[in-house]
Parts: sequence; structure tokens; C-alpha cells
Amino acid sequence: MQTGADNPWFSWRYLENNWRTLVDLTGQHVSLTVQAVLIALVLAVPLAVLARNRPALSGAVLGSSAVLYTVPSLALFGLLAPFTGIGRTTVLIGLVAYAMLVLVRNTLVGLRGVPASVVDAADGMGYPPVRRLLTVELPLALPAIITGVRLATVTTVALVTVGVVVGYGGLGQAMYRGFTSSYRAEIMTAAVLCVAIALVADLLLLALGRLVTPWLRRRA
Amino acid sequence: MNGGSALGDALVYLNDPLSWTEPGGILDLLRDHLWMTFVAVLLAAAVALPLGLWFGHAGRGGQVVVATANLTRALPTLALLYILTAWLGLGQWPTILSVAVFAVPPILSNTWTGLREVDPAARDAGTGMGMSAARLLRDVELPLALPLIAAGVRTAVVQVVATVSLASLVGGGGLGLIISNGIFTQRYGQALAGALVVVAVCLGLEGLLAALQRMLTPAAMRRGGRRRTRAVSVTDPAPRVTV
Repeated sequence: MQTGADNPWFSWRYLENNWRTLVDLTGQHVSLTVQAVLIALVLAVPLAVLARNRPALSGAVLGSSAVLYTVPSLALFGLLAPFTGIGRTTVLIGLVAYAMLVLVRNTLVGLRGVPASVVDAADGMGYPPVRRLLTVELPLALPAIITGVRLATVTTVALVTVGVVVGYGGLGQAMYRGFTSSYRAEIMTAAVLCVAIALVADLLLLALGRLVTPWLRRRA
Repeated sequence: MNGGSALGDALVYLNDPLSWTEPGGILDLLRDHLWMTFVAVLLAAAVALPLGLWFGHAGRGGQVVVATANLTRALPTLALLYILTAWLGLGQWPTILSVAVFAVPPILSNTWTGLREVDPAARDAGTGMGMSAARLLRDVELPLALPLIAAGVRTAVVQVVATVSLASLVGGGGLGLIISNGIFTQRYGQALAGALVVVAVCLGLEGLLAALQRMLTPAAMRRGGRRRTRAVSVTDPAPRVTV
């Protein structure tokens, strides 16, 4: 391993020579994250709606999510790799699984937090269940769902890096290469980019969340 | 990929006594794994407990507690692992230190919340009896906050034992080595076997700690204690996914 003097943590030269690779890896990282969170959201919301009225199902959902939480991502990729091989699919399945945990849970919390009186009022006005769900309950659960999406996104950005074990880890790939060649600038640059993606995504979602819940702002 | 034959290979691997007892086999890796877990949790507790007690007792520092949790969420564990390894060199210490960093938030926030949630009447009663601040902390606040603090430590242990698997990616050993070696050499049966062992260890430890916690909680506090540890998981909907 080189000494600190000729192995800096940051190097303009490295950036100049490798910006194209870094842009590619950042793109890979972002697209994996976006895809995973969107798929997880599409699966999680109906699941949470189904689970809401069935205590047995919601117990099973929350219980299995607690179990999956204790399963390390490396082990999950180890479980998947024999069946789905090396590459993007395996990483994506793992990411969707973890993102779903957060989203199902938060959607359930949000739906349960809808005041019974509001549900009664909607029923009294003759809303059929689907309309009640779409126009009353889901909007009221929206803040909890958005919190879940932010959490799932930040977590997913971090998790993508573990994809290196199956050869598809976005910026984790650059970290791994920096590690194998003992080049500090490469590791640090990729790590800083990861944190930057997470923070930017979080801020964007925060803004989006405010945009779609104008009634909360008005009240405040 | 041929998943079926991988499952067969995994069973063969797990059934072979040599895979367990050979030097660098499952038992050796398990010992390293648990050792790193133990040291990391100890380090994290040594930092987080005093801080949480102090902030919680003084009723300050809520922002710090939340900020720590949020910051560590954005930083990938693997990134910190690579950075510390590039800095300190190969071995177990980079892993121990980085997983310890991520174990601080659950202990810190639970200790802080536990102390903040102590019934003000109990605190007033203690002060009224002429207790000093230190005695109030030791005899009133700490015992009442204990269920939550224990829950925080338990979360940290489970998270650390899972995250230590990543040590194999930076030359730190541990059970993750079976998985990553299996994938890198395309022996998927071994990868699958390693994953099963890691999952079993994580779930086993979680179950053990849950039983221990129930045993150590005085019967009178059991229902209240359980309810309170649940309440936390709702206010903090994000036990960190074990990256």
C-alpha cells in the first residue's frame, strides 16, 4: 500500500481521466435506485391495502419484513445468485425486497392513522370502498407513504454498493476497484458521490412531497 | 443458472464435517464473526450510552441524535469499510470500527428517548426527596429507561452481526467469506450454504436476545416494557437495513 503522500484521498487528475466512467457508474447507480423504489412502491401499496383489513395478513407481512430486516444484503445476494445469476437482475430483486419492507410498513402505518370519523363520513356520503380508498384514505396516508419513499430511497442508494459481489454495484464498482488497486482517491470520490446522490434524492423527494400535499402546508 | 443443483451442492457442503472443522472452516469463521460483532457493539455502546444518558438527562441534544441517525443512513457501510481499510490496512479493525459507527445511532437514540420518556412525576419525586442529579440518574431515570436502552442494544447487536458479513469484501474474514468466495469462484452451492449459515446466525442471535430480554424483565414490567419497545419501532420506522 502506498503512503499518504503519493496516495491522496482526492485527486483532480483522477477526476479528469475518469469522469466518463464515474458518470456512467453514477447513471447505473441512479437508474437502479429509481427502478427499485418504483417497483417496490407499485407492489407495496396494494399489499398494504390488502393487509390493512386482515389482521392475520398484516401480522404476516410485518413479521416477514422483520425477518428480512435481519437478513444481511450479502446473504440475500448469496441466496439469489444461484437462481438468478450474476448481474443487474439479482441486484434489482434484492433492492426491491428491502425497499418493499419500508414501504409496506409505512403505508400500513399511514392507512391505520386515518381517523375513523373520516372513514365514517365518507361511508355516510355513500362513497363506494374504492372511491373512499382513492380519494380519502390514500391522500390522508400520503405523508407516511412519502416518508417511506424517502427512507427507502436513501437506503437503496447505500445498498446498491453491495451489488459489487454480483458484479453490478454502481459506484460500489469504483470503490471496489480503488480497493483492489489501493487507490484512495477512487474510493473516496465514489463514496462522496454516493452520499451526494442520497442527499439530492432526499431533497427532491422532500420537495415532491410538499408539492403533492399542499393542504399540509396551508395548515402550517 | 442451475438453482436446483446449487441447493444440492449447498446441502453437501453443509453436511461435510470438514467444511465446519477445517482451519478457516465455518467454525473458525463463526468465531471471528462473533468476536468482531462483540467488540464492535462494545465500542459503540461505550460511545453511545454515556452520550445518550447525558443528553437525555439534560434534556438536550435531540437534534444531534436525529442528525447522527440520518447522516449514517446516507453513508453506505461498504464505503466506510473501503475507506477505513485503505487508511488502516487489511484486517479486522476496519470492519470493527465501521460497523461500530453504524451501531451508535440505535443505542444513542433509544437511550435518549428512554430518558426523555421517564415520567416527570417520578423525576420530581426524586428531586423532592433530595436526590442529587447523579443519584436521580442512577436510581430513578436509568432503571425506568432500561427496557428501551436494552431494545436499542439489541437492535445494534442484530444489525452488527448482519453487517459484519461485509468484512469478507475487505479481507476481514467472518462468515461472509463463504458467500463472497462462493460467488467469486462461481461455486453457487457454497454461496447458498454460506448465506443460509449467516441467516441462521442472525435470526438465532435475534431470537436469543429476545428471549434474554423477556427473561430479564421483571414480571411486573413485562407488559408495559413490551408495549414501550414496540412504540419506539413506530416512531422510528426505520431500523437500518443491514447494508
